[in-house]
Amino acid sequence: MTTTTPAATATHCPYCSLQCGMLLAPTAIGSAVPVHVRERADFPVNRGALCGKGRSAAALLGPGTRLSTPLVRTDGGELRAAGWDEALDRVAAGFAAIRAEHGADAVGVFGGGGLTNEKAYQLGKFARVGLGTATIDYNGRFCMSSAAAAGRLAFGLDRGLPFPLADIPHTDCLILVGANPAETMPPALRYFRELRENGGTLIVVDPRRTRTAEQADLHLQPLPGTDLALALGLLHLLIADGTVDTDFVAERTAGFEQARAAAMAHWPERVEALTGVPMHQLREAARQFGQARTGMVLTARGPEQQSKGTDTVGAWINLCLAAGKAGRPYSGYGCLTGQGNGQGGREHGQKADQLPGYRSIEDPVARAHVAAVWGVDPDTLPRSGRSAYELLDSLGRPGPDGVRALLVMGSNPVVSAPRAAHITGRLRKLELLVVCDAVLSETAQLADVVLPSTQWAEETGTMTNLEGRVILRQQAVAPPPGVRSDLRILRELAERLDAPADFDDDPETVFAELRRASAGGQADYAGLDYRRLRAEDGVFWPCPTADHPGTARLFLDRFATPDGRARFAPVTHRPAAEQPDPEYPLYLTTGRVLAQYQSGAQTRRVAELTAAAPGPFVELHPRLAARLAVTDGEPLAVVSRRGRALAPARITDTIRPDTVFMPFHWSGPGRANTLTNPALDPTSKMPEFKVCAVRVEKVLT
Amino acid sequence: MTRDRRIAVIGAGMAAARFAERYHALGGTARVTLYGAEPRAPYNRVLLADVLTGRYDAETIALPFGRADLRPGAEVVGLDPAARRLTLADGSTETWDQLVLATGANPVLPPIRGLRRPDGTGLRDGVHALRTLADCARLSEDATSAERAVVIGGGVLGVSTARALAALGVAVEIVHQGPHLIERQLDEDAALALRGALRTLGVETYPGNRVRAVTAAGEVELANGHRLDTDLIVLACGVRPRTALAHAAGLAVGTGIVVDDTLATGAPHVHAIGDCAQHRGTVHGLAGPAWEQADVLAARLCGADPEARYTGSRPLARLTAGPIEYAAFGDVQPDEHPELDVLRLTDATRGSYKKLVLRGDRLVGAILLGDLATVGDLARALERDDPLPDHPLHLLTTLGAAR
Repeated sequence: MTTTTPAATATHCPYCSLQCGMLLAPTAIGSAVPVHVRERADFPVNRGALCGKGRSAAALLGPGTRLSTPLVRTDGGELRAAGWDEALDRVAAGFAAIRAEHGADAVGVFGGGGLTNEKAYQLGKFARVGLGTATIDYNGRFCMSSAAAAGRLAFGLDRGLPFPLADIPHTDCLILVGANPAETMPPALRYFRELRENGGTLIVVDPRRTRTAEQADLHLQPLPGTDLALALGLLHLLIADGTVDTDFVAERTAGFEQARAAAMAHWPERVEALTGVPMHQLREAARQFGQARTGMVLTARGPEQQSKGTDTVGAWINLCLAAGKAGRPYSGYGCLTGQGNGQGGREHGQKADQLPGYRSIEDPVARAHVAAVWGVDPDTLPRSGRSAYELLDSLGRPGPDGVRALLVMGSNPVVSAPRAAHITGRLRKLELLVVCDAVLSETAQLADVVLPSTQWAEETGTMTNLEGRVILRQQAVAPPPGVRSDLRILRELAERLDAPADFDDDPETVFAELRRASAGGQADYAGLDYRRLRAEDGVFWPCPTADHPGTARLFLDRFATPDGRARFAPVTHRPAAEQPDPEYPLYLTTGRVLAQYQSGAQTRRVAELTAAAPGPFVELHPRLAARLAVTDGEPLAVVSRRGRALAPARITDTIRPDTVFMPFHWSGPGRANTLTNPALDPTSKMPEFKVCAVRVEKVLT
Repeated sequence: MTRDRRIAVIGAGMAAARFAERYHALGGTARVTLYGAEPRAPYNRVLLADVLTGRYDAETIALPFGRADLRPGAEVVGLDPAARRLTLADGSTETWDQLVLATGANPVLPPIRGLRRPDGTGLRDGVHALRTLADCARLSEDATSAERAVVIGGGVLGVSTARALAALGVAVEIVHQGPHLIERQLDEDAALALRGALRTLGVETYPGNRVRAVTAAGEVELANGHRLDTDLIVLACGVRPRTALAHAAGLAVGTGIVVDDTLATGAPHVHAIGDCAQHRGTVHGLAGPAWEQADVLAARLCGADPEARYTGSRPLARLTAGPIEYAAFGDVQPDEHPELDVLRLTDATRGSYKKLVLRGDRLVGAILLGDLATVGDLARALERDDPLPDHPLHLLTTLGAAR
């Protein structure tokens, strides 16, 4: 007798925005997990490489890791197992009652940048049509919203990278600002290595000497919150050095005069004083970038997660525009998006002000188009709602603006929101909290109803990676019994709420509807289908027709503004919302570590990763440690105006002596976001995760 | 009938531009008018020496000034704080709700015979100041045909102007009355190193020398009788706050216009910032403190932070003149004191000189010349008044510095 080995499934990683290709191959019968991860060498983004998170991802499918039955909260306050009908009835009845009494906007929806395009699309439709609420936003607001806003202002379009990652090794000079791909997306690091092997220059801007910064030709180590001044200072030096590309500025941009004046207000001595970056390093960086034939600037959360994140990114884009390093091969500005579908998640309508296809919910033409696809009257569509932090801050508040019920899908704000203790308190005030998740996250633990949904390898759906490449994540295993897909949950809730539109739960059917809804929009998916995505290793949007090859490189002929010219941003430096003072004398900055991902809801459940990164810590410089008489490993309290977090000291000379660092993956006493400042960027509504004022205290044990 | 609230800013220099830019950026809604004596928009005066060298075009160094109305060439000749009214040179008057004096400073004309034209109408041909773009243009024109220049005054402006002229191929001599170059910021050893660096650029320095006269033939005559033959002369003898308007209006004037921590003068609704202002006995005369003052006043007047206070600056003196670079801050030449420790590091081969003045574990002052790798750390330590570690050497060497 012969047995045939079932074929491995070609799919993608459950984690970050690279969406590395991987194979999931069935394991032997009796194994703890149904599949194991194998290399998929032919996928162009990662060419087989995976990080520890990706390699160990199959552990997420193991029994005991994930939820397998709905949970409802009893009158006694416990979560107990429940049947699907009971759980869904309770959710629908609760939403309906609150909507009837307090209006539709009192029911909120909070989505995530890890949801597939189909889910993100369907969640936005569910909010606008199923619930009729304007109250929807998502955790992508905390991710790359500042870059998105700045990109739209400058180029008329927001796509993380305007070129494939594979272009990076061919540029002459790359400035990486507040990005640490060595820990956040290790398989991408090879592109930066190849850039240097090809003779290119890598400049890293980061207050910490990260593993990425260690590979740089030049590392600029500014004070947290001063990247904007740094970018203005570099533009000043380009002007002084005569390396501004005046032809490019004249032919393809607008608004240079104002940007130049702002740069003149940031002469090198002043920028050195503001940023702490010595002038000789400023000059070297400006010389390298200014004289390079081609150049790129890539930002990540460092400059973006600030209360001036949009302006900061705008200043870096200005640098590209002035140097003529945008809209040309091997040149341009890009954002290293964070979450797995951080790109697609921001295109299809789970953002407060947005409809599918990256359309504005305030645009009558867009409303009419999408309403026609959905088969509803455009006038019934809600208007813009409030941004993520504003939404969370309004939970359970009395009065007409209070949100009384919330549906959370693919997010864990108890850990990931700024001023998290406060937000946790707001979540507790809700009349009805519903969480759809594969695991019992910290947010799910607070819920009145928890709906166990399929994850990653248990379902099929599309993702759009940081390059704007739409890829197909294929189902590899059957979901455990008792688990339903998010799409099915939304369909069943819509039906119970008598939604005036159809909600399908087959991903491919939903994708077909998404294509129609996005058609003619900026993020146009109309020409895509699952067959193409499978056959072509993903396709870059916009792709308006079936015979369109997709758009790997944007802006080569013109920018996406009405006149085709890119816009300089008229920005000037201002301090962070909170500056150190005698009571809180240090800067805190937050970020990620190699073995964990975002709020840790997934990675903290993988034994191998938890062994590698078991808990939070406080990075501090040996000189600061000496001043505080702190030894390595000693328990510390980090205190801000918003709370107190406990974690052991990790003494390292890779950080500035005036700054401490905490990773944000953990809940409980070591939760870094207990400390962070929800001061919002006026344009993007991004909170200021990356800089606040703290003091460090020894904890007596 | 209501009318817009009006803020009149007398001056259109760096402090004025910064105030106007910040005022609007922070959401201020009043109409702001800048009355500038110069016939042009605000520009960055800090960069003038490098306009001279050609590193910047004159048009390039314009500064932002928000949505303010600019009145170039509108010289204010009279103030009536009680009536909230100002008088312009053409005799017309205008009113304000708030007045900001940002009149800046004028170059000091030293008591040297023969500087002026015989009829007393201004500096004679070949004698220059360098305070404005117009000065810069005139100097630049003369410099193209000059082979030799004498700079009178060896402070920051004198040194940077000398270096700029040298970069244009002019042989330069600095005559400096003080004991050594830039004695307000540098100690003798640093000044010596600086003098050496200047010499390699073609600038000769004569400290401890006073200029007595400019002869009819245009030579510079020193007090010791020595004469320097030259094609042009630059006066760099410091600046003096422009306070005449304030004085005539009855405001308290010391060296500058006296202001408190709210940048208010004694008269209601009248404020002063920048080079013309005297705060807690100090006239800074530097762009950094001027901007800090402008920021505070803008935040107060626009309502963004009505309680904002200016409590003084501990400015870093920073000179960049082509290859010459130094940073100096705090008290670098304290009197002998048993509590003070002084740490020096001289590297003659690299032309670098570094000095720390410490009181216990606190930094009192510092000089870095030639090698400024640790300037960021030092500035931060002084600004924050942090205690220093056991081995402050790290503040002098990159070995064991921030990284």
